[in-house]
Amino acid sequence: MKLISCEGVTIGYDGQRAVNKVSFDLEQGDYLCIVGENGSGKSTLVKGLLGLIKPQEGSITFNGIAPNEIGYLPQQTVIQRDFPASVGEVVISGCLNRRGLLPFYSRAEKDRAADKMKQLSITEIQKKSYRDLSGGQQQRVLLARALCATEKLLLLDEPVSGLDPVMTADLYQLVAELNQTRGITVLMVSHDLESALEYGNKILHMKTETAFFGSTADYLKTELCQRMMGAKL
Amino acid sequence: MIELLTGLLSYTFVVRALIVGVLVSLCAALLGVSLVLKRYSMIGDGLSHVGFGALALAMALNLSPLEVAIPVVAVAAFVLLRISENSRIKGDAAIALISSSSLAIGVMIISYTSGMNADTSNYMFGSILAMSKSDVILSVAVSIVVIVLYVLFYNKIFAVTFDESFTRATGTNASRYNTLIALLTAMTIVVGMRMMGALLISSLIIFPALTSMRLFKTFKQVVISSAILSVICFVVGIVLSFIFSFPTGASVVVINLLMFSVFSAIGLFKKKR
Repeated sequence: MKLISCEGVTIGYDGQRAVNKVSFDLEQGDYLCIVGENGSGKSTLVKGLLGLIKPQEGSITFNGIAPNEIGYLPQQTVIQRDFPASVGEVVISGCLNRRGLLPFYSRAEKDRAADKMKQLSITEIQKKSYRDLSGGQQQRVLLARALCATEKLLLLDEPVSGLDPVMTADLYQLVAELNQTRGITVLMVSHDLESALEYGNKILHMKTETAFFGSTADYLKTELCQRMMGAKL
Repeated sequence: MIELLTGLLSYTFVVRALIVGVLVSLCAALLGVSLVLKRYSMIGDGLSHVGFGALALAMALNLSPLEVAIPVVAVAAFVLLRISENSRIKGDAAIALISSSSLAIGVMIISYTSGMNADTSNYMFGSILAMSKSDVILSVAVSIVVIVLYVLFYNKIFAVTFDESFTRATGTNASRYNTLIALLTAMTIVVGMRMMGALLISSLIIFPALTSMRLFKTFKQVVISSAILSVICFVVGIVLSFIFSFPTGASVVVINLLMFSVFSAIGLFKKKR
């Protein structure tokens, strides 16, 4: 089942097209990696998917998923690094979209947050302050928050930037597990081509336009991929 | 000590100042946590200067000061927020521009109508005598609105403060809550401005939050500690102001500064151990 289809999506700032006529489909259970160099429009496309910017042309169709059911793991902001908030407070804030205008969290949301913290084994640190955690733990907390918001689709924007190799491997493992065992669709924006090829079943290579979209196996055969890998090696 | 306090409370103007001051300190502290964390501290400063201009205008036109200042500052809050959200214009420069312009216009209006006198100084640095009975009623009403809205929207304010993009992406209208925070700030500033002074009111917003963050590590703790600290500092400040006839605003700020130093020292000490 196609969860999201993008057709000829064009998004621009100040008359410049950051994303030009990009089309792709995201099927349920996919692990799609969006790769490309800096300035290739990855982040802009993400903003378009999240509804933070309106596309100028083309359409983004959601199927069996509401636009607000995307579990978004944003890039960390400066504000968050020294934010006084406990792990529990951050995680439960993912339940906000279930409350509508109702002011306080109910038992159901508290249980849900507790459940997600258990799933990501951060229950022990729930009283700790977010700013005292390691980068890897912080990502786990944000992942738990995203799962509170939805169990259909996770959208991760450069999730491993700033993490050391051990934490990076750990996070990839965790996301792969969520994808395989719980059937959560994953959309990951990444700089890390090797891991994208290792974990993703589909690749969208962006160069403002779609340079490649298809299965990882097909991508490996392209010259584009070999050039990228060559540049890495 | 008790004699002093009963003596203090026998003056109506002190009781008025206490009622309004405690409520305003509470509101300012609550909002301050979000404003400081969102890097919007300067908005408070900008708004108070706009408030000064509005008060001067209201005086010149012989209108009730609060009724003119609240809508004017609310509009300014809205504009400043839009400017900060728009990354193409540098927010801090725009705020500085608006705040110094309003101050200049306010001073011009005052010197044209009544001339620079003790009133002007009171506006700038605060006076314990500022509140009339109707002001008190309006201030209490505004403060209660601010506190009730803050409590009702506490979880949303937390989410918007911590991570606006996530909150937006999961379908909460973040702009609405940003606007709410700005409007509540505007109301708080106008109400507290005449007692604290236009130049000093923003400290009421910034200090308690910053002080609490030296020691406390969760959002709820920081909010509660800020509220308590803010009220304590205000009460101590106003007593000082009464005893030594210091300007109220300045006394409250100095007490806040003292608390900030104490909390910072304890924070450093705790870290070292």
